[in-house]
Amino acid sequence: MHELGLTETIVAIALDHAQGAHVLRLTLEVGQLTAVMPDAIRFCFDVCAQGTLLEGALLEIVQPPGLGQCRACGATLSLDSPFGQCACGSVDLAIIQGQELTIKQLELEELCV
Amino acid sequence: MCVTCGCSDEATPTLTHPITGKTEAIASLHTPQSHTHIQPDGTVLTHHHSHDHSPSHHPDHAAALHAQHHGTTLTLEQRLLSKNDAIASQNRGWLKGRESVALNLVSSPGAGKTTLLVRTLEDLQSDRPMVVIEGDQATSHDADRIQATGCAAIQVNTGTGCHLDAAMVEQGLDTLHPPLGSLVWIENVGNLVCPALFDLGETAKVVILSVTEGEDKPIKYPHMFRASQVMVLTKIDLLPYVAFDVDRCLDYARQVNPHLICFQLSATTGAGLEDWYAWLQQLHA
Repeated sequence: MHELGLTETIVAIALDHAQGAHVLRLTLEVGQLTAVMPDAIRFCFDVCAQGTLLEGALLEIVQPPGLGQCRACGATLSLDSPFGQCACGSVDLAIIQGQELTIKQLELEELCV
Repeated sequence: MCVTCGCSDEATPTLTHPITGKTEAIASLHTPQSHTHIQPDGTVLTHHHSHDHSPSHHPDHAAALHAQHHGTTLTLEQRLLSKNDAIASQNRGWLKGRESVALNLVSSPGAGKTTLLVRTLEDLQSDRPMVVIEGDQATSHDADRIQATGCAAIQVNTGTGCHLDAAMVEQGLDTLHPPLGSLVWIENVGNLVCPALFDLGETAKVVILSVTEGEDKPIKYPHMFRASQVMVLTKIDLLPYVAFDVDRCLDYARQVNPHLICFQLSATTGAGLEDWYAWLQQLHA
């Protein structure tokens, strides 16, 4: 359950940037090739956000699909696991997308003055 | 204009009857509503906005501190593990400054990390200073086994945590203070998933797989085998008694990570240890 620790980090980073404002929406990027389960993040988020300025915030999770680039021939190929085989036969692939683990955006409640 | 959906405050949706030609306004979700709030200091705030004011929306929000639902969007692009990775880089620099290297041993529980470590310490610690950071959820059994070899060790208990992080290793290094030119062993919590995500500042991750496990572990837990630079296949003295296909296992491992350096050994009989030791001896900061 590393998702609990990660979610605690998400909440801490968001609170750092919220500067006392309520957070309405939080957008996360969790690549499909990371060993992180979005459902587990969602489950932990409700618990971790309780009693903070994030309570009730909408959690949006964007999940970029896996993409690899063959180190032998340079071709790109889609990946559904962190390894695979290029059409040229090589298994030496660089993962160029799908390992994101980022807080993209926060939408903060704005005071009307 | 509403920043959420792009509608205009002035937009007035209408309904026109095709036969009578009569047009009437439609109350929409976005029809502006006027609100007035008086703050404790007497300031009056009047503004238009369109969100509902049900208590569920503002659970602990006093009306006096009223805010507009169309919030400010803050773009962060902050990596979740940036704090861990920053401490890991510090650890890496700290070790380099002391001309030391660190190996992060990872495996499932019971693969034989501690047994291999104890054997390696007994055979090599006269050649080079070594210290051990032991990670387990509970007990100091492993650190006790290490200390019995005469090697300095510290036990990190992660409690409910399933992996070591860079800050734990930083603390371990501070406490152990390995001498110049050390080989620092970090024995991670037995787990083939989470430790793959966390950089500790190590020189290399060494994944240990025993022949009593399934030969398909590399493709079942590809993140870990991909994150590692070295794989040690242990307990090879048991090969006659188990249905473990070494060649197939190595194929799987190289399929996941074609750059993986592989060793096959038995810490009990000593078979294969010389290649492992030769690799360790050429490791330099």
